[in-house]
Amino acid sequence: MNTSDARRWLGQGVAYALFAAFIGYFSNSPAYQHLPPDQATIKLSVRHSGQLLGECKQRDSAELANLPATMRAPMDCPRERSPLELVLEVNGATVLHDIVPPRGLHRDGMASSYRRINVPAGAITLRVRMKDHTAQADFPYTAERTVTLQPAQVLVIDFDSQSRRFKFL
Amino acid sequence: MIRRLQDFMLGILQRTEAVFDSAFGERWNPWYQLGALSFHLFWIVVATGIYLFVFFDTSIVGAYASVHSLTEEQWYLGGVMRSLHRYCSDAMAITVTLHLLREFAKGRFRGAQTFSWVSGVPLLWLLFAAAIGGYWLVWDRFAQYIAQTTTEWMERLPVISDSLARTFLSDVTLSDRLFSLMVFMHIAIPLFLLVGMFIHVKRLKLARTDPARGLSIGVIATLVLLSLVKPARSMGPADLSTTVASVDLDWIYMNFYPLLDRVDPVYVWLLLAGVTALLVLIPWLSPQPRSAATAAAVVDPANCNGCSWCFQDCPYEAVTMITHEYKTGHRQAQVDPDLCTACGICAGSCPSATPFRHVEELVSGIEIPGFPVDRLRKEAMQKVATLSGDARVMVFGCDHALPIDQIESEGVAALSLPCAGMLPPSFVDYIARQEAVDGVLVSGCCTDDCFHRKGSQWTEERFASRRMPHLRTSAGHDKVRICWAGVSQRDKLETALAEFRASLRRHGIAARGDAESAGGGHEHQ
Repeated sequence: MNTSDARRWLGQGVAYALFAAFIGYFSNSPAYQHLPPDQATIKLSVRHSGQLLGECKQRDSAELANLPATMRAPMDCPRERSPLELVLEVNGATVLHDIVPPRGLHRDGMASSYRRINVPAGAITLRVRMKDHTAQADFPYTAERTVTLQPAQVLVIDFDSQSRRFKFL
Repeated sequence: MIRRLQDFMLGILQRTEAVFDSAFGERWNPWYQLGALSFHLFWIVVATGIYLFVFFDTSIVGAYASVHSLTEEQWYLGGVMRSLHRYCSDAMAITVTLHLLREFAKGRFRGAQTFSWVSGVPLLWLLFAAAIGGYWLVWDRFAQYIAQTTTEWMERLPVISDSLARTFLSDVTLSDRLFSLMVFMHIAIPLFLLVGMFIHVKRLKLARTDPARGLSIGVIATLVLLSLVKPARSMGPADLSTTVASVDLDWIYMNFYPLLDRVDPVYVWLLLAGVTALLVLIPWLSPQPRSAATAAAVVDPANCNGCSWCFQDCPYEAVTMITHEYKTGHRQAQVDPDLCTACGICAGSCPSATPFRHVEELVSGIEIPGFPVDRLRKEAMQKVATLSGDARVMVFGCDHALPIDQIESEGVAALSLPCAGMLPPSFVDYIARQEAVDGVLVSGCCTDDCFHRKGSQWTEERFASRRMPHLRTSAGHDKVRICWAGVSQRDKLETALAEFRASLRRHGIAARGDAESAGGGHEHQ
């Protein structure tokens, strides 16, 4: 093998080594700090149907006559549901205030929300409140708890739509 | 703006390729076969993926355990397969990205190449989706991070009607069926990717999907070695009761994931959508307007004998064969102007493009209006007339390779064409027979990096009588030489030219009027 060939093979070796080093390193390095070491996580999840916004009303005969024959239902019930209003306080400070709209083209579906919030680890007081009708003056669904969170611990606060209360998991 | 960026990138690219040329040679230079390398890596990922799938358990507990066991207990095969699966995917992301940047720098996104460019953009999304979905399957801490972050990101899309991220609230909310779905997705997305890759190269004649064997062996050996030295490992089983604080991110695929922690994920969607839209629109943002010089090839039915050589040679499938306009039972070529890049390779293949014809104006069966064969004959003869001294050489070059006017001197005349493949072999014979010419040298892009894909290769094959029209010359094949030289290979061309002229002198061919010492095949540098 002459010098020129040796140089070529060496050049190839260097190129392959750099290629492997690049892939080997960047395929899992450097480590990414997703959550600061002194923090914990709260996952707040709600899946609930807001209340219907309008009242059902009786259609009079003139209204019924104006409707196609197949749609002459005596009661007119609006389908639109109220958005949910969701508030989370940590140690008295509001960290989340969210309006969750109902799904669907007619806004008649379930409202669904998921929020991940990082909080300092240690003892904290949580207060979560929710309204399911825009006309409600106060929050009918409320829960409060003092918890001690370890660093990186996940606390799930989930609203159980059947029992209509927040659960801390 | 786009053209300035292109020129800047092209400068860097040409210098880099020159360095790689010196180490790998033109045949093995990875820069000339990034697309083929991507195909090659894809097949390795598929093969290793099939092996991994045999051992994979599609359940919450089983997913991690099966991959972990494969990695640790069967490290010599399963572990290597897993590592290769990951590293080849990473390598594919790199080759695909470089392929995109290179094609952009070379301007191969306009005109006839718009289809390949645009059809390549969705493949980026599919490639990234396939890779990210694959990490998910391992169901380790890294998979947990990806699952949580990706679903939170996905649900910011208005079309997602329910909270996906709720699936990963806690271990209780997880279902085995999710892993079955993820496996299905991890098979379906690469299948879509494969179909997309097929469509991507559909309009390219004989698209190269296999890299040179030496390069292929080099890449596989490198990645196998990497798999043994630094095997891919899991990060520990997923545990939804704790957040993954620090993660060993795959920066090659997930370089934008940290953004999701810093800005509203909607902005990340907007950013990626914006980049995608920009990539798709580039051909229209920087179009190549048709000018007289780049007008599409035209067919002259009177001179087209329906041989179909142009149809076989067009690298962009712009030529089709149809029933002849007026000759019953004959066919003629037809050009789709939208697909034609005016490379002239069709004219180079046309048997009627012979300068020996005794006609006042030479018209070929197919030719490009920007550089018709009549002009080629006239300009070539004008150049021949300037030759003097001994060992006189007429050089034909290519506009996209080394500018050959740089090598003109006493005894050397040069004429650049849109592509070396545009030169009909009969022209070489014609020029070689001229009294004032001792030899003809044809230059152009390297065969693996021909700007018009096949011009250099077809020329070589025509000269070697492996492709029609053949080079037949009574002047002697010793008087003809090929030397492919890229833009940065002036030394190579000058050396080849000097050797050629020395050879012409040695053989006494340089003596005026002595054209008798021909024999053997043409020499290829």
